[in-house]
Amino acid sequence: MKRILVGIKRVVDYNVRIRVKPDNTGVITEGVKMSVNPFDEIALEEALRIKERGLAEEVVVATVGPADCQQQLRTALAMGADRALHVQADGVIEPLMAAKVLLKLVEKEQPLLVILGKQAIDDDNGQTGQMLAALWQRPQATYASKLELQGETARVTREVDAGLETLEVDLPAVITTDLRLNEPRYVKLPDIMKAKKKPLETLTLGALGVEPRQQLKLVRFEPPPQRQKGIRVKDAAELVEALKKKGLL
Amino acid sequence: MNAKVLIVAEHAGGKLNPATAKCVSCARTLAGAEISIVVLAASAAGVAAQAAQLPVARVLTLENPANEPALAAVLAPQVAALAGPYTHLFGASTTFGKDLMARVAGLLDAPQVSDIMAIESASRFRRPIFAGNAILTVDSSAADKLVGTVRAASFEAAPSGASAAPIEAANVSVTLPTHTRFVSVSAAKSDRPDLQTAARVISGGRALGSAEGFRLLYQLADKLGAAVGASRAAVDAGYAPNEMQVGQTGKIIAPELYVAVGISGAIQHLTGIKDARTIVAINKDGEAPIFEVADFGLVGDLFQVIPEIERLL
Repeated sequence: MKRILVGIKRVVDYNVRIRVKPDNTGVITEGVKMSVNPFDEIALEEALRIKERGLAEEVVVATVGPADCQQQLRTALAMGADRALHVQADGVIEPLMAAKVLLKLVEKEQPLLVILGKQAIDDDNGQTGQMLAALWQRPQATYASKLELQGETARVTREVDAGLETLEVDLPAVITTDLRLNEPRYVKLPDIMKAKKKPLETLTLGALGVEPRQQLKLVRFEPPPQRQKGIRVKDAAELVEALKKKGLL
Repeated sequence: MNAKVLIVAEHAGGKLNPATAKCVSCARTLAGAEISIVVLAASAAGVAAQAAQLPVARVLTLENPANEPALAAVLAPQVAALAGPYTHLFGASTTFGKDLMARVAGLLDAPQVSDIMAIESASRFRRPIFAGNAILTVDSSAADKLVGTVRAASFEAAPSGASAAPIEAANVSVTLPTHTRFVSVSAAKSDRPDLQTAARVISGGRALGSAEGFRLLYQLADKLGAAVGASRAAVDAGYAPNEMQVGQTGKIIAPELYVAVGISGAIQHLTGIKDARTIVAINKDGEAPIFEVADFGLVGDLFQVIPEIERLL
């Protein structure tokens, strides 16, 4: 079956103002709204659109994390994913471990394409897609802003520092999404009801044969240094004067 | 054991990217580190000679016609094959470096620290998380080998000296994949300075109203010798191309002077500019968050203020 695997992560909602815990052991997540990582929503949207064009038959969404992550899997099912895989794991899940879990799921599901967000907006690592592609020994096309499937290959336009780069990759491949790939759909209430009946399978790290491993110790979280608030100038002349005085013009 | 650092050079059109010199500065903050640079190219001599001017122990070259245009899937196995003697492998936190280094880390089964902004010891690194809303210190003592991407805006370029480091041709025996092929790259040709290294940057937001509106900024930028950037909102609206986007998901920059025109100052934009030496904000909304970080704020209509500044220069 032509299948697309989409990885998602549960993160603090992008609208939440992040506050560091007073004891510097993390950021405050109690009572904070959690969501699907926005880049992963884009990944799922792209997978759904490929299926809707008749180029894939099934969209499987997967995550690794504690039991709470099932809420985000249900959101993904409501968006339109056909079924969900929840790999249960507690504690810090580093990108390398997430990639190893995804590799096991790839072996199990044999997808045509794996689509992931380019980074999660909590840890901002931006590593998992590339690591999965490395472990799987398959192509990667990161920062995708356009994706076209053409039989056994995909043509991917990537947002890179120089502009837009186009790659052709053999399938299967790993794609990571940038912001402008698409605009994810809104979930409608009836779809939320339907999502409750869709299959959600729970797996364990042990059953998949992945050792939990944390190699980077999280030593200390701090708020960023604040910039000093500056001064208001009244018009263009005063601004130019001030900048000249500082030797900036 | 002293750190041995291998830095992957970034280059295009025969020129070494300035971000590589910033990676060298970052590596030099590791006490007693021995630093090498590797240049992967079809023909490496020119770039290697530029890299050899930096304060490093040696420059290695890996020449292969398949190395240009650069593809992460092709470069990564070569870098991984060279990694043996090194404790740290660094690349710049550019789209090139981020794409490549995490693939290298995957091949090496090594953890990666992304966006290193400061080094406290050979195993302690500081990096921004949550779009720069928190700074995390991580410790990599548990790892034998570490891959890192360096946040270029956090470091000055290492000085280019007169004495040149030795250049050595390296050999690796790896099979390079053919599953990934370069098709094209499109970039607007511009005579303006490069956004990531310019001393002065003028950026526009959605308030510019159109691609034509951006012409106002181009004119002022040309008068100042400045690069032009854009907010995500302006890029999303099609007023400016993606490579001009400044912010968390675009380019992170640290110019001497940053002028934000008609940009409200979303967190993700501020993340991209917080290392700028001086920030100027011009916005008609006096409550816009950009004023919280601006050294100089001017509340006014940009369509009047910008031409006036131009006249005054």
